[in-house]
Amino acid sequence: MLDVGRHPNIDLLTYSEVEKVEGKAGAFKATVRKKARYVEEDKCTGCGACSETCPTIVPDAYEEGLGTRKAIYPLFAQGIPSTRTIDPDYCRQLNGKKCGICAKTCQADAINFDQKDQILDLDVASIIVAAGYDVFDPSRIPEYRFQEIPNVVTAIQFERLLSASGPTGGHVDRPSDLAVEAEIEALEKKAKKSAKTLARYEEKHGENSKTFYGKFQGGKYDDEDHRKWAEKYEAHLAIEKPLEDMKKKAEAFRPAKKLAFIQCVGSRDFRFYPFCSGYCCMHSIKEAIIANEHEPETTSTIFGMDIRAVGKGFEEYKIRGGNKSGITYVRGRVAEITKGPNNNPVVIYEDTRERKVKAEEFEMVILATACAPSKGIVGIAQILGIDLDEYQFVKTSPLSPVDTTIPGIFVCGCAESPMDVPESVAQASSAAERAAEIAFQEDVEKEKAVA
Amino acid sequence: MPENNDQEIRIGVFICHCGSNIAGYLEMEELEEFAKTLPNVTFVQRNLYTCSETGINEIKKGIKEQNLNRVVVASCTPRTHEPLFRSSCAEAGMNPYLFEMANIRDQCSWVHMHEKEAGTAKAKDLIRMGVAKAALLEPKEPIMSEVCPRGLVIGGGVAGMTATLALANRGYEVVLVEREEKLGGMLNSLNKLGPGMNSAEAFAQEKIKALTDHPKVTIFTNAKVTEVDGFIGKYKVDIQTEAGIKKIDIGVIIVAIGAKPLVPNGLYGYDGQRVITQHELEGHLKEGLDREIKNVVIIQCVGSRSEERPYCSRICCQTAVKNATLIRDEIPDAKISILYRDMQMYGVENEEMFRDSKAKGVRYINYDPATPPEVSPEGVKVHHALLGRDMDLPADLVVLSTPLVANGQAHETSQLLRVPVDENGFFLEAHVKLRPLDFATDGVFICGSAHFPANIRETIAQGLGAASRASIPLSKGSVVVEAVISVLSNEDACRGCGLCVALCPYGALEIHQTEKGRKVHVIDVACKGCGVCAATCYQHALTINSFTDQQITAELDAYLGG
Repeated sequence: MLDVGRHPNIDLLTYSEVEKVEGKAGAFKATVRKKARYVEEDKCTGCGACSETCPTIVPDAYEEGLGTRKAIYPLFAQGIPSTRTIDPDYCRQLNGKKCGICAKTCQADAINFDQKDQILDLDVASIIVAAGYDVFDPSRIPEYRFQEIPNVVTAIQFERLLSASGPTGGHVDRPSDLAVEAEIEALEKKAKKSAKTLARYEEKHGENSKTFYGKFQGGKYDDEDHRKWAEKYEAHLAIEKPLEDMKKKAEAFRPAKKLAFIQCVGSRDFRFYPFCSGYCCMHSIKEAIIANEHEPETTSTIFGMDIRAVGKGFEEYKIRGGNKSGITYVRGRVAEITKGPNNNPVVIYEDTRERKVKAEEFEMVILATACAPSKGIVGIAQILGIDLDEYQFVKTSPLSPVDTTIPGIFVCGCAESPMDVPESVAQASSAAERAAEIAFQEDVEKEKAVA
Repeated sequence: MPENNDQEIRIGVFICHCGSNIAGYLEMEELEEFAKTLPNVTFVQRNLYTCSETGINEIKKGIKEQNLNRVVVASCTPRTHEPLFRSSCAEAGMNPYLFEMANIRDQCSWVHMHEKEAGTAKAKDLIRMGVAKAALLEPKEPIMSEVCPRGLVIGGGVAGMTATLALANRGYEVVLVEREEKLGGMLNSLNKLGPGMNSAEAFAQEKIKALTDHPKVTIFTNAKVTEVDGFIGKYKVDIQTEAGIKKIDIGVIIVAIGAKPLVPNGLYGYDGQRVITQHELEGHLKEGLDREIKNVVIIQCVGSRSEERPYCSRICCQTAVKNATLIRDEIPDAKISILYRDMQMYGVENEEMFRDSKAKGVRYINYDPATPPEVSPEGVKVHHALLGRDMDLPADLVVLSTPLVANGQAHETSQLLRVPVDENGFFLEAHVKLRPLDFATDGVFICGSAHFPANIRETIAQGLGAASRASIPLSKGSVVVEAVISVLSNEDACRGCGLCVALCPYGALEIHQTEKGRKVHVIDVACKGCGVCAATCYQHALTINSFTDQQITAELDAYLGG
């Protein structure tokens, strides 16, 4: 990323979308909408002071909903460019409310609420589509009860839980526990506020609330002020009691140590995507190994039809995971996940080697979700005039692996089909090579014309 | 220039808050006051973000207005930010190699978030060490070398032919060297290419014609590279051809020597007649299959995923499925069973081919490696791991899917080019994820099955990709390399033992015969400054010019003295 950001030959347009493309290989005209960030890129230093003071808290899509961000934000820490962006859906100022705190905080004077989208016209010789993919939404599979059972998460959510810079600092805390902790935090805030109110009454009347309330119940006071005090005290008790219970419960919370990974969630499934997503087997193995590194008592069971460890060193990695990182591989497709005691998901499956239907309780279940074609790709394909295949991946042919159906337009990475990092990187170089060939031929043509 | 060594040393220290990344965990004012007390430090400043435009301008201002001739930035990591700070110093007229960094974020504030006092003390040590080293830094000039605009591709199979054409289409001269008498590599023995079922022969012919017609391509068949001398941009290569040795100047080299199918002698009664390899089946299919064949059993993982050869060869499952389908197409009443451990039909096209084969009646039988199938004259006996019982399958043809193994030439090529191979004899890329087509040695690239078994689509993509990587130095016309490199600082001490030469991962050292005897010579352009040689040299003859013994000792003294 940093290399891209610093390269003198790269003009990086983030938060931008291609709206129109005309012309042909060697001479395309592309119209790009550079969306308003409401932050001046040349002024913003990326210091982050604005995000610290912004009062609006928004669920963080980068943290897969497990964390929060502010309405003025970077997509993620150390992102390129470091320029912040204001989210127009949530910003109070942009929605007609009084705020502008970020503008007051910014020393670089970079906030500009009047910024407008810019339309750029670009002359390019070739185009590379590298639009990536989307993660399959597992709530489409009712029997896995994603979102219904809190401790069933997607592989990408689990990735965030494992990350040292993620919402739990790298601890595999269970979402059910995180929810209780969030509730405790909210209630504590409330309790603090109501305690403040009570303190005001106590000071005014020179008596502590508990003693007062005893007397009040004995019918000693009947005036408006004391009645209100009593009401506030009752409300305070109504918060304190569940808060204490929850805190007691939270003391027993421990990171999940017994994990299940379910392969082919949405892929190799005729109801959704019949294809194999290629990378998920290795991704699950990697996550299981890392979880075990974080907490050596962690064990994982990976449920899959075939464990497809096909790259360089992959089979060896898989075997090492089994020998050293507490991974058990079970051949079988999981039929259902139900809710067990203590928010533990119960996995029901057939062990096809033992030919038995079994049920096992886990502390957390991770769904290895399919690589779904990117939602935006249909629009991009229409603008470019390129064909998609039956699943909406960009159509290519095996003997021209990065050429789309339009000359001069190339594709790489998961926009073409599911693939892992090394393959994506290699394919990116291939697409760059094909794109450069077009540019070179164009130069030769131009020279010929001049001569 | 302010970097004159005779001049008084004036060090400027810039301490970065990194927003709250550093300032949130360390006592910044204390660090500032401390830095002011250090020897040779004439200017100290704290910045919210030293890497921001404001911060950079402060550094430039400091160099100009305070006559600083050394700059120390105490902030994040040189991995991401040293290039920026160095070039900023250069823009202000200071030699960029007089810049030093103290990592008080990644190695201090981030790891000591809950220990403000101890973290601050450590940051002081890091700054003190940086300052001590900075005083001893020497100015250096970047090293530049021209690149000969010609590529060499070793191996004329799919990967090599693709890479050659791609480079030639970019306007560069390419020399393609093939050991066999004709181009095509494994294509010559294959039948149809999955999943498009294109004819391998037609595809090879098309590529060969394009190469032969291309004005920029020189092809040597029945030839081999016998000598490679030099480094990126300036290789001198000897090619042994039918017409004798050709000496050619080369700028970049692409390795595309492929791999070969394992011949499973002694496994499952392999005889090349009734029990053949998947690769041999390709030949049979190409020439037309014996129509009398009614029962075919294909066994997967023959000689792979075993103790002797632990890797999965990636492409054998898809090849087996492809050929099973082709047999069914040709002989519709033939019974075909594939005995497998895991069907490695990754991706969209493979899985589709897999489904298609099932629809066409190919049978799949899962076996456990603990109870492998047994081949006898009557047929194949297999324990069906999912049904839990033994099965006897009649077989007039048994096909063994054997892995691709490293080519016989891999070892020789590896030595010739001084690039590594892994434990399986496949070439080892510079970085598994980030640089899959590069070698650690600049100017040498890898593609195709010489790297690891790959199908046709992947091989073509890699061939294009390697050409793309190789074209970068060619299009620049020169390479500029980092001046932090190994130097023979004490020539007299060098005994020419060659220990460093053997250990250098980049082929950057050679032994020369000089007037003073055998001495090591550093090829500046190839050296990455990793320091392996300097650490190894028991004579202390070699040193890394920005990590000299003197500089490192000064750092240690500063640390221990504090």
